[in-house]
Amino acid sequence: MKKGHILGLGIIAIAIVIIVSMLGDASTYESFATAKAMKERGEDKAIHVVGQLKKTDSGQVVGIEVNEDKTSFYFMMVDNDGTEQRVFYNEPVPADFHRSEQVVVIGGYKSDELFMADKILMKCPSKYQENEVNTAGM
Amino acid sequence: MINTFVGNLGHFATILAFVSAVLTAFSYYKYHQANELEKSNWKNFSRILFYIHAVASVVIAATLFEIIYNHRFEYFYAYSHSSMALPVHYMVSSFWEGQEGAFILWIVWNVVLGLVIIHTNKTWEAPVMVVFALVQAFLVSMILGVVIGDLKIGSSPFILLRDAVTAPIFQINPDFVPEDGTGLNPLLQNIWMVIHPPTLFLGYASTLVPFAFLMAGLASKRYSEWIRPALPWAIFSAMVLGMGIIMGAYWAYVTLNFGGYWNWDPVENAVYVPWLILVAGIHTMITYKKSATALKTSIVLIIASFILVLYATFLVRSGVLGDSSVHSFTDLGLSGQLLIYMLFFLFAAIFLSVRAWKHIPSSEREASVYSREFWIFIGATTLGLMAFQVILPTSIPVWNAIVESFGGISNMAPPADQVGFYTKFQLWFAVALALLTAVGQFFWWNKMDSKTLKDTLTVPYVVSVLISAAIIVIGKVYDISYIVVVLAGTFTIVANATILTKLIRKSTFKLAGGSLAHIGLGMILIGVMFSSGYSEVISYNLSGLTYSNSFEDEINKEHVLLWINKPTQIKDYTAIYRGRQKKVVGVPGLVDAKLLKSTGEVNQAIALADIVVNGKTYHREGEFVNIVLEENDYFKIDYYQEDDLKFSLSPMAQYNTSMGLISSPDSRRFLNRDLYTFVSVINDFDDPEWREDELFEVAPGDTFYLADMVTKFESADVVRELDGMQLFDGDVAVKAKLTIQDYDVEKVLEPIFIIRNNQVGRVPVIENELGLKVELTNILPEENKFVFTVNRNQKDYVVLKAMVKPQINILWAGTIIMLIGFCVAIYRRYDEFSKMRDKGLE
Repeated sequence: MKKGHILGLGIIAIAIVIIVSMLGDASTYESFATAKAMKERGEDKAIHVVGQLKKTDSGQVVGIEVNEDKTSFYFMMVDNDGTEQRVFYNEPVPADFHRSEQVVVIGGYKSDELFMADKILMKCPSKYQENEVNTAGM
Repeated sequence: MINTFVGNLGHFATILAFVSAVLTAFSYYKYHQANELEKSNWKNFSRILFYIHAVASVVIAATLFEIIYNHRFEYFYAYSHSSMALPVHYMVSSFWEGQEGAFILWIVWNVVLGLVIIHTNKTWEAPVMVVFALVQAFLVSMILGVVIGDLKIGSSPFILLRDAVTAPIFQINPDFVPEDGTGLNPLLQNIWMVIHPPTLFLGYASTLVPFAFLMAGLASKRYSEWIRPALPWAIFSAMVLGMGIIMGAYWAYVTLNFGGYWNWDPVENAVYVPWLILVAGIHTMITYKKSATALKTSIVLIIASFILVLYATFLVRSGVLGDSSVHSFTDLGLSGQLLIYMLFFLFAAIFLSVRAWKHIPSSEREASVYSREFWIFIGATTLGLMAFQVILPTSIPVWNAIVESFGGISNMAPPADQVGFYTKFQLWFAVALALLTAVGQFFWWNKMDSKTLKDTLTVPYVVSVLISAAIIVIGKVYDISYIVVVLAGTFTIVANATILTKLIRKSTFKLAGGSLAHIGLGMILIGVMFSSGYSEVISYNLSGLTYSNSFEDEINKEHVLLWINKPTQIKDYTAIYRGRQKKVVGVPGLVDAKLLKSTGEVNQAIALADIVVNGKTYHREGEFVNIVLEENDYFKIDYYQEDDLKFSLSPMAQYNTSMGLISSPDSRRFLNRDLYTFVSVINDFDDPEWREDELFEVAPGDTFYLADMVTKFESADVVRELDGMQLFDGDVAVKAKLTIQDYDVEKVLEPIFIIRNNQVGRVPVIENELGLKVELTNILPEENKFVFTVNRNQKDYVVLKAMVKPQINILWAGTIIMLIGFCVAIYRRYDEFSKMRDKGLE
């Protein structure tokens, strides 16, 4: 066997390791229901859940409880299947959290009742979608 | 009044630029094909066309800047990216905040590069410029803004606001012009954001040059000759792209608050990958020049680097990343166009390469383990694998999109812990690279066999082990993988420094590029290891608060709440939050916000007291002062050690109506570490919720408690004059003086009580920092007592996060040395090319 072949095999082996590790470490998008099922099966990999903050009919965000020292908080989230869930985040309330149109929490169930987010991604109404023009100074 | 002329001019220039680019491509193609007699005609014609294109491109840029500079808010671009309050240098950032502006920047850089190519090449001009002009046509089409039926080509930056948005105001008054724009993203209001995008886009643009030379070479059957002119450009491109990446990292470090310089965000990965491939390509090109091997590899790598830049653009700008990135752009409907652009050049490159493949010389000889080719090849392979490892997971949203477009369901998400995931591979690849560069450099400059190899490597090896031991002991590096990193980093620094000294002693500095760049690599490795691996959060909450929920006690709170004036322990320091500050034009440092009162005009305030810095008075009381970006507040935090004030840091934050809290860090730079801090929550003064009334009946000289603060009622006097209020004959005004002691700070509050025509008026004092509203409600002369009504609110506070980043300066120094190495190499390779060209060989 030539050196070139050994080298080639080595490269392929590393590439396979890379792919396998990516598939192994890649997270998944879940709903709260499937995430809870995963937790019960004993899988504690961090997963993504997409949803919205719980709102009243008039659009008021409800269920945010900020801890006394303001460095962490709880909130209520509704996933895309409509399941409501209490979520804890060990960081101060992110800027513009109340205005977010969509929230992605990355984390897992801490107990049966509580989902703990390691990271929160938010989609906020961007300027491009904003259709209101400030009419001051007309 | 709506000025439609500028916009029309810009739009016209865009169309002209597009048409002239297409014609230039055609004309250069004819020039390339033409016989000797016609060549000079076609040459002149092509050049004129390209000059027209160049002028049109510059006009596009100038027009857009004019719109921003003159605050023409009737245009959507100015309205949504700029505002009256912006200083000129940030208007430059507004220019490329939007995608259209970024494309214009790219177009202009390509024009500059094209002009340089035309004037530094002879035989290469025609075929290279065909590629250039085609790329320009694709780029200009992104901002064309032409609609044919349902097909929209490009997104024009020159559309009017009334055409971009459907607001009811335009039905009433089509000529309505907003008074102010919505402003520039505050995170981009930073000097690094003025220079980072042009650098990055010059990097993007310049990857075209080696690619164009390669395409020209393949098309004109000069399968290997393209390397010489392309090499200096490839190094230039890698240097600029690398510089752009580092500036981006530095910007993130000083402006964003994710706590570091690199986050493995898809947007960052998308530029890191082409850079790795380009660096690999440079190495194989250099090998080819020395020993006629690795030509095919070079061809593949150069094509890949160019296509990956387009892929990066596609990822970032098509909206496909969706919610997997914190800073991806919104979809402007350009994704299809971007895809066509990328696929066109991908297939063109594959077609030309396949056609030429069997003619491309390749060496059949098996490379020996003791040959430099072997080691360079391993190095290039490692770089390729690094790129592969990053681009694969970064593309997960693309895989999902592909699966879904075929009707499947894919719920794959990027790894939850991106930093950990990428680091575990990239770190070890980087260690391998460091070792390879150390060994490889010796092979490069000397003929080697097993014995000489041992002899030459022994000394650097021993030296680096000794130095590593010292670093490990002093830096307390006890983690086994970090010890390996230190060893590899030091080894590459020592080995390359040995080569460097030999080279400088024997020949010229010109050859030193490689060793310098590799020394930089070693330093970056060590700097990253310390600053990231040993980065430590020191703002643990030590307040002793217990939580309602038991599990919360187990997790560390990484932020700490600082009440104003209240000393709080942060690791080795006692931190005290001292209040807000503003940046004032012409005054060094920052000015306490309580000395300034807003006038209501943009960026203007009145000084409430003399503004004195270091004994020099900059503004007198009552003068107007100009504030730099009034919405920015700087939160002054003093750091004490054993009652000595060591330093103060003022991290910035502003409450932005469209983006929420914007926060930028402030760091204390030590030679061997940075103390990095930012605020994560601030108090909102605008809408205070005053608690219910508390009444105090006190006599002058009495001491009482307001909240938990010792308050002394000093005196109450009848006054003849009042600031900001006219007194008439018969008016009686009483000013009370209260001094409040809040920790080490004493504040004076002076509420006023006025009797006019038997009517009582009260002027309460609102002290935002202490969260107090004090009113002198009544005077009881018979008892010599005064009644104060006090409402309390929260005191001012900030929530702070503080981290220590050790040895970050080694990282920055390493990047600078690496860039210098690149520059030396560019000089050397360009020198080689121009000598051959002047001999008439190119």
